[in-house]
Amino acid sequence: MKESIAALLAGVLFGIGLAVSGMLIPDKVLNFLDVAGHWDPSLALVMGGALMVTIPGYYLVTRKPRPVLAESFSLPSATAIDRRLLLGAAMFGAGWGLSGLCPAPALVNITTGLVDVLVFVGAMLAGMLLHKLTQRA
Amino acid sequence: METTFTPIASLAGGVMIGLAALMLLWLNGKVAGISGIVGSALGDYSAASRWRWFFIVGLLSGGGLALYQWVGTSEIVLRASLPVLIAAGLLVGYGTRLGSGCTSGHGVCGIGRLSPRSIAATCVFMAVAALTVFVQRHVMGA
Repeated sequence: MKESIAALLAGVLFGIGLAVSGMLIPDKVLNFLDVAGHWDPSLALVMGGALMVTIPGYYLVTRKPRPVLAESFSLPSATAIDRRLLLGAAMFGAGWGLSGLCPAPALVNITTGLVDVLVFVGAMLAGMLLHKLTQRA
Repeated sequence: METTFTPIASLAGGVMIGLAALMLLWLNGKVAGISGIVGSALGDYSAASRWRWFFIVGLLSGGGLALYQWVGTSEIVLRASLPVLIAAGLLVGYGTRLGSGCTSGHGVCGIGRLSPRSIAATCVFMAVAALTVFVQRHVMGA
């Protein structure tokens, strides 16, 4: 139960951070990606701000024997820079560039109730499910 | 649509995102990769996935309230047509699962632990996204 509460609070803080940072606004994301147009560098600072915390923080936390509420750390073990990684990242980049939405802002923007957002998120979840099903086969 | 540079708010929001990711690692030992959390939670209602659903509920409630409070829903405008949005959604959903992460998982958490895999993935999705916007806005003139 404590783990669930911790996850809930982390989610709340993550969501507030997204809203404060401007990441929820697709125009702002697209203007960040549009280096040849009216470039808005704001989102570089979002990533910079997050990394200012996670780079030293992850280093310190992972030196501990275990997390506070769980038995062990669940960190990705894959290290290979393979075709799947690069192809997946390229597909994601194309979808992000076409829409201005990456997964977390897309989910939060559901709360607007906009049909466009709901259609995008429906397609995104379908894409995730498609991957899940094709991996099993 | 032009947007204004918001260095203070963006930096502050970024720090909050980083703190949220760090909190999840420190307390639960988990990585705050949104595509991984959602993709793994889909269809999984077991106890092992419970924390994922709580995280998603927190994300939507915290983010939703903050959106209404400080951003305004009128700011959220998607300019692509519905068919393009469907294609984009499929690419984002399938691509983030195939590539094991998105902006949060690779960009914030993976680079946070200096993973070469995440640095490579982030460079690729940033470059492809920028190229996509360039082609759309400056080549096709949308």
